[in-house]
Amino acid sequence: MEISITINGQVVSADVEPRTLLVQFIRDDAGLTGTNIGCDTSSCGACSIHLDGEAAKSCTVLAVQADGGSVTTIEGMASADGTLHPMQQAFMDNHGLQCGYCTPGMVMAATSLLEENPSATEEEIRIGLEGNLCRCTGYHNIVQAVLSCTKS
Amino acid sequence: MIPAAFEYVRAGSAEEAINLIAEHGDEAKFLAGGHSLVPLMKLRLAQPSVLIDVGRIPDLSYVKDAGDHIAVGALTRHCDVENSPIVMEHAPLLAHATSHVGDPQVRHRGTIGGSLAHADPASDLPATTLALDATYVVQGPNGTREIPAGAFYEGYLTSVLADDEMLTEIRVPKMNGAGWSFQKFNRRAQDWAIVGVAAWRNGSDAGVALVNMASVPVLATSVGSAIASGASIEDAAEQAAIEADPQADLNASVEYRQHLARVLTRRALEEASA
Repeated sequence: MEISITINGQVVSADVEPRTLLVQFIRDDAGLTGTNIGCDTSSCGACSIHLDGEAAKSCTVLAVQADGGSVTTIEGMASADGTLHPMQQAFMDNHGLQCGYCTPGMVMAATSLLEENPSATEEEIRIGLEGNLCRCTGYHNIVQAVLSCTKS
Repeated sequence: MIPAAFEYVRAGSAEEAINLIAEHGDEAKFLAGGHSLVPLMKLRLAQPSVLIDVGRIPDLSYVKDAGDHIAVGALTRHCDVENSPIVMEHAPLLAHATSHVGDPQVRHRGTIGGSLAHADPASDLPATTLALDATYVVQGPNGTREIPAGAFYEGYLTSVLADDEMLTEIRVPKMNGAGWSFQKFNRRAQDWAIVGVAAWRNGSDAGVALVNMASVPVLATSVGSAIASGASIEDAAEQAAIEADPQADLNASVEYRQHLARVLTRRALEEASA
C-alpha cells in the first residue's frame, strides 16, 4: 500500500505492507534511526514520537494508520542551525541521561507532556512519564531536566 | 515483532464498516486506536486476515450531554474522555478511571469503544462502566441495539457483540453528585490492575464493580445490597468477593485477589462516602 507521512517536515512516501509498524517506517523507510525500539510491546516508551503533535508509541501504531499524518522524531527537535531544543539542552544540563537509549523517547514524551501541562509539578512529571522506562534508573535527573523546562 | 500479514481496508462510516465486515467474514477485525489489538497481533496471539480501520470515521468521536446521561462516541480517545468537561462534571468516576488507562502515549491513541469491545476483564473501563450502569449502543446490519454493560461481557476477551456489529456509543447515567472512588492496585506504574475497584455512593445507593476478579468485569451486587440495608462500610466491603471468580497468576493467588477486593472495596467506599 502506497502511503505518505510527513516526518520532520519532509514528506516520505513508500509502498509498504499493511503490517509495517510506524517505527519501522521511520527507521527503515525514512532512515531516521534516532527513534529506538526497546520492549516492542508498548511498555517502555523508547519508540515515542509525536504523531499529529501528540506523543505516541510508534511500535504500536501501524504505518498505514499514520498515512497522511505528521510525525516529529528526535531528529526534528533541534533547529536547522543545530541549536538543541530546550528539552534536549535541559537533559544535557541536568545529566538526564546515562546510556542514552531511552533519551529520544523521554524527550518526545516530556515535550508532549509540557505541551499539555506547561506548569507541571514534579509529581505530575513523574506520573506523566510513566510510559517511559529508563533501565539505568536515572529518573531523578530526567525529572529535574523536565522540571527545568516548566513555566512556573 | 511484526504482525502476521493481513489485508487492510478503511471504513469512512459505521455503515461502511459493517458492510465491510459482513463481506470479509469472521476472519476480519475492526481496528480503532489499535492499542489492544496491535500488541496481540505482534505477539501473534491474534492473526486476523483482514483489518477494517474504523479509526478515521469522523463522527464517532464526541462527548454529549444527553439529559439524564452523557453519550460518548466509541472512537473517543481516552485522553479526550479524561479531559472532557462534560465527563468530568457528570461522570467524574469515568474521567478519573480513564486517566489510569495505560500511559499518556496510550491514551493519545486508544479509544473507549476499542477498550470496551476488547472485553479484557483486567482493563479499567469495562468495570468502571459496569459500576456506572452504562449502556452500550451497537450497530449492525439491521440497525442499532442497546446492551446494558451488565449483559455485554460473556467471558475472557469475549462479548455478545456479533461478528457484524460495531460498538458506536457508550451512554453513562449522570452521577448527580454521588461520591466515587477508583482503586487500582498494581506493582508497577502503567501495569494492568492486579485488582481494581470502581465505586460510587449516593446515600444508601452504591455501585461497586471489580477489575480482574473473574473472566469478566464483576458487579459486586452484595456490597450494594449491604449498603442499601444500612450495613457499615467495613461489613459491606467484606462481601466484595462474593460474586467474583478470580484466577491465580504470577501476580496473585486466588485468596490474595479476594483479600485485595475486600480491602480495596473498603477504601473505595470510604473515599466515596467522604
